[in-house]
Amino acid sequence: MKTTSSVLIARGIGKTVRSGDGELVILRDIDLEVTPGEAVAVVGASGSGKSTLLALLAGLDSPSSGSVTLDGVDLFSLDEDRRAELRGRTLGFVFQSFQLLPALTALENVALPLELVGSEKAEALARQMLQRVGLGERLHHYPKHLSGGEQQRVALARAFVVRPKLLLADEPTGSLDAQSGAAVIGLLFELNREYGTTLLLVTHDEALAARCARIVRLSGGRIAP
Amino acid sequence: MSAAWRMLVRDWRAGELGVLAAALVVAVASVTSVGFFADRVGQALERDSHQLLGADVVLAADHPWPRHIVELLHGSGARSAEAVNFISMALRNGQSQLAGVKAVSESYPLRGRLRTAPSLGAPDAPASQGPQKGSVWLEERLITALDAPVGATLRLGKAELRVAAVLTLEPERGAAFFNLAPRLMMNVADVPATGLVQPGSRISYYLYAAGEPAQMKALEGRLKGELGRGERLETLESGRPEIRNSIDRGQRFLALTALLAAVLAGVAIALGTRRFVERHLDGCAVMRCLGATQAKLLALYGGEFLLLGLFACALGALAGYAAQAGIGAALAELVRAELPPPAPWPALQGFLVGLVLLLGFAVPPLMQLQGVPALRVIRREASGTKPSVLAAYLVGMGALAGLLIWQAGDVKLGVYIVAGFAVAVAVFFLVAWVGLRLASRLRFRHRALRYGLANLRRHARGNAVQVASLAVGLTALLLLTFTRNDLVDAWRRAAPPDAPNRFVLGVQPDQLAAVKQFLSTHGAGAPEFYPMVRGRVVQVNGQPVSEADYSEERARRLIEREFNLSYLDELPAHNAIAAGRWTRDGLSVEEGIAQRLGWKLGDELTFNVGGQTFRAPVTSLRRLRWDSMKVNFFVIAPPRVLDGFPASFISAFRVPNGREAVLNDLAGQFPNITVVDIGAALRQAQDVIDQLIGAVQFIFLFALGAGLLVLYAALVATEDERRREAAVMRVYGASRAQVAGAQRVEFLAMGLLAGVLATAAAAIIGQLLARRVFELDLPPGGALLVAGPVAGLLLLSLNAWLSSRKVLRASPALILRESV
Repeated sequence: MKTTSSVLIARGIGKTVRSGDGELVILRDIDLEVTPGEAVAVVGASGSGKSTLLALLAGLDSPSSGSVTLDGVDLFSLDEDRRAELRGRTLGFVFQSFQLLPALTALENVALPLELVGSEKAEALARQMLQRVGLGERLHHYPKHLSGGEQQRVALARAFVVRPKLLLADEPTGSLDAQSGAAVIGLLFELNREYGTTLLLVTHDEALAARCARIVRLSGGRIAP
Repeated sequence: MSAAWRMLVRDWRAGELGVLAAALVVAVASVTSVGFFADRVGQALERDSHQLLGADVVLAADHPWPRHIVELLHGSGARSAEAVNFISMALRNGQSQLAGVKAVSESYPLRGRLRTAPSLGAPDAPASQGPQKGSVWLEERLITALDAPVGATLRLGKAELRVAAVLTLEPERGAAFFNLAPRLMMNVADVPATGLVQPGSRISYYLYAAGEPAQMKALEGRLKGELGRGERLETLESGRPEIRNSIDRGQRFLALTALLAAVLAGVAIALGTRRFVERHLDGCAVMRCLGATQAKLLALYGGEFLLLGLFACALGALAGYAAQAGIGAALAELVRAELPPPAPWPALQGFLVGLVLLLGFAVPPLMQLQGVPALRVIRREASGTKPSVLAAYLVGMGALAGLLIWQAGDVKLGVYIVAGFAVAVAVFFLVAWVGLRLASRLRFRHRALRYGLANLRRHARGNAVQVASLAVGLTALLLLTFTRNDLVDAWRRAAPPDAPNRFVLGVQPDQLAAVKQFLSTHGAGAPEFYPMVRGRVVQVNGQPVSEADYSEERARRLIEREFNLSYLDELPAHNAIAAGRWTRDGLSVEEGIAQRLGWKLGDELTFNVGGQTFRAPVTSLRRLRWDSMKVNFFVIAPPRVLDGFPASFISAFRVPNGREAVLNDLAGQFPNITVVDIGAALRQAQDVIDQLIGAVQFIFLFALGAGLLVLYAALVATEDERRREAAVMRVYGASRAQVAGAQRVEFLAMGLLAGVLATAAAAIIGQLLARRVFELDLPPGGALLVAGPVAGLLLLSLNAWLSSRKVLRASPALILRESV
C-alpha cells in the first residue's frame, strides 16, 4: 500500500553493533527521502557509515532502530524472502567490485535478474542492453576475459535491464582507473536519464557526487547539516 | 526446472562440475557392473548346482521306470536323458576290479559337462556327449587297476568293450568320491549285451530332465503325485564346497571394491561440492540482491544438482552395463551356457546409489548457499550461519552406511567399512591437525622453509582437511595396488598349483611305513597320513537320530551316511578353531556341518563304528579351508576316544605331471589301497579363482578412478586460496622462488604426513580384511611401507610444481582482480 509518492523514505535509522569492548554506533538517527527521478549522492569519509546506510536502504541488513519504506512498502515489516522479492521488483545495484558471476557469460549475467523473475524475453532484452552499453561484440565473454571497465559496464547493463525504480550504486568507480571510471560514470548518468531511474549513489569522490542533484554528507554516523 | 537446467549448462561449461560428475559416474558404473556381475554369478551358481545333478530334475528308482512316467517326461517338452547304475566286475587279461558302472544315453548330461583325457596324464577337455556305443570311459584308478590303457579292450559281463578315454570329471560325483567304486561309463544301448541286468540285480534307474525353470517347476509338481514305491525325485544339493568357497570369496572382493568406489566417490562429491559452494557464495549473494528468495535459490541449485545427478547416474549406469560385457567375457568359462539378458534392476540400483551419494554428500554443503546473506555483496566477510560440518556429513555417512549394507547384502562387511572409514577420517584429521601444528613449531633459518612451515599453522584446519582427504585417497590407492596384490596372492596360495592332486585311501596300519617310503622315493614328498575310522551318528544327547529328523535334503544325506572320523593329538595346522577348545576327550566338528545338523558345543554325539559305539561331547567347532585341497574331516576326536577302533589311513599328495605311471607301481605293490584323482577338481577350482580374479581386477579400475578423483578434488580444494595468497605475497615483494619454495615446503610436509597416515591405514585395513572378511593369512608387505610415504611426497611435489607454475604464470594483478 503506497503512502507517499517518494520512492524511498528512511526515518530515524540507526545501526549499532556489538564489538569486543562494548557497543559501536555506526549510524545514528538518519532521515532521508528520495523522490522519483532524483539523483542523490551520499558522501563521506571511509568509515562514515555510507555502505552500511546503503545496505540498510536496500534491506540487505536490518537497522537497530528506525524504518525504511521502499516503493511504499515498509521494508522491515517483511521477512528476508519478501524483501528479496521487493528488491527484485524495485531495485538495481551497481557495486564497487562488480559482483558478476564468474561462471556466466556477459549476456547470461545481464539476463540473470530477468530469469529470476521468469521473464520469457530475458535473453533478447539482455542482448539489447549490452549493445546499449557498447558490449554487443562481447556477449559471450566471461568476466575474467573482460577489463575492469567492461565488467562494470556489464554490471550497469544488469542493473538497468530490469528497469528499476531506484538504482543503488556503491562506489561504482572504486575499482577502476580514472579513465574507465569516467567512462562508466558517463554511461551511468546517460542511462539514468534515458530510463528516468531514480539514483542513489554512495561515494567518497566529491567530483562524482557533484554530478548528482543533491548531496547528503555523512560524518560520524550522522547526516551533516 | 528450466532455470536449473540453464544453471547446469552454465556451470558445466565453466568447468565447475567436472569432478562431481566424474565421481558420480564412477560410483554408479562400479555399483551397476558389480550388480550385473552378482546377478550373473547367481545364475551361474544356480546352474552349477544343477550341473552337480547333471540335470534340472533327476528321478531315481530301484526298478525300471514305468511307461507312464517316461511318457509324462517326454510329453512335458523338456530335454531328457537316462542312466542305469550298478556295480559289476570289470575284467582284462585275468585282472579284475569292481567298477561303479554308469550306462548313459547319448544326451547325458543335460547340465554340466563330462571331461575326458585321451590318455593318462594328458590334459583333459570337456566332452560333448557320453561314450559311443561299444566303448567305455574309465576313471584313472580303474585304468591303473586293470592295466587297461586307452585303446585296450575289457570285458563287462558278456560284452567286450573298448576303452575310449580317461574319464576325469563327472559332474554328478561331486565330493562324494570316497564311497564309490571307480567309475566305468558306458552307453546305455550296450547294457542288454552285457547280460548283467537280471531280475534281482541291484540296479538304479535314473531319468533326467532339463528345460525352462517354469516348465521344470510344473514337471516337478506333476511328478510328485505320480511317484510310486522305490521311486524318488532328487532335488538340488550343493556339493563342491571348494568351488562355492572361491565364488563366495570372489563376490566379497567385488562387493568390497564396489563399496570402496562408492565411499571414495562420496568423498570426492563432498570435496567437489565444498569447492562449488565456496565459488558460488558470492553469486548467491548477488542473486539475493537481485530478488531471489531462499526457496528460489534452493530450487535453482537443488534442481541443478538433481539434473546433474540424473545425467551422471544415467551415464554411470550405461557405463556399468557396458562393463558387465567385459566381466562377462572374463567369466566366459565360469558362466558356461548362454545367460538370459541382464535384468534391468542392477542399473536401477546403481542409479539409486548415485542419487543417495549426491543427496548425502552434496545437499548438506549446498544448503549453505541458500542461507547466504545478501549483505555479502557489500561486506565480503558476511557469511550465513554455517551448519556444523559434522552434522552435515552425518546425513551423508548415514545414507552411505545404509547404502553399503544394502549393497553388500552383508551387514558385517558394510559395518566394517563404514565404521572403519569414519574412524580413519577422524583419526586422519586429528593426527594431521596435531602433526601440522607441531611441524610449524620447527624453527629454521631458511626463509622458504620458515614461511612454508608457518603456513602449515596458519592453514591448520584447511590443511588438516586436505591431508585427511589426501590420506583417504592414498589409502584407497595403496589398498587397491599393494594390499590387493597381497590379498590376491594369498587367495591364490589357498589353492596353490602345487596342491595335492591325488588322495590315497585304505592304507592299512602295517602298510603305512612302506607307502610313505614309496611316496618319498617317487617324488611325492612326505605327505601327512591321517587315521580314518568310518562311523554313523546314531544318537545326539542320548536321543536316537535318523534322516526323518531333518527336513533339509543335505542334512538328511549327511546323517544317513557314514562319517569319516579321524583321531589326532593336535588339530591339523590348516584347521582353525571357530568356537570352543580342542581337548583330550571331546570331539571337534566342522562349523558348517554342525550348523546344518543343529549341533552345538556340549552336545553329546554317539557314533556306531562297525557295531560298536562310542559317545563323546562336542568341545570345539572348526573352520575348514575347503579350497586347500588338503585332507579334511568333519569330525576329529582325540586318540583315546577312537584308537581302539579299526582304522585305515588317508593322505593327499602330489604326483608331478608326467609321472602318473608311478601310480601303477603303487597299485601293484599295494593292491588294496585306492588312489583318487582330484586333479580335475583342483583345476576346476583354480579356473574359477582365476576367472574371478580377472573379473575383480576389472572392478578395481573403477575404485582406482574414484581414488584418483578424491586426490584431485583434495588438491584443487585450496587452489583458489593459495593463488590469492601467492599473489598478495608477490605484490609485497616476495620473489617467485620464495613463493614457490614456501608452497613446496608446505605441500611436502602435507604429502609426507598424508603418505604416512595412508600407509598405516592401508596396512591395518589390509590385515583386518584378510583375517576377518576373507579368512586369509596376509604377511605384512614391505613394499607398502616404502611406497605409501613416497607416493605422498611425489604426488604433492608434482602438485606443488603444477600449482606454483599456475600461480606464478598469471600476474598477481589478474589473480587479485578475479578474486575481488
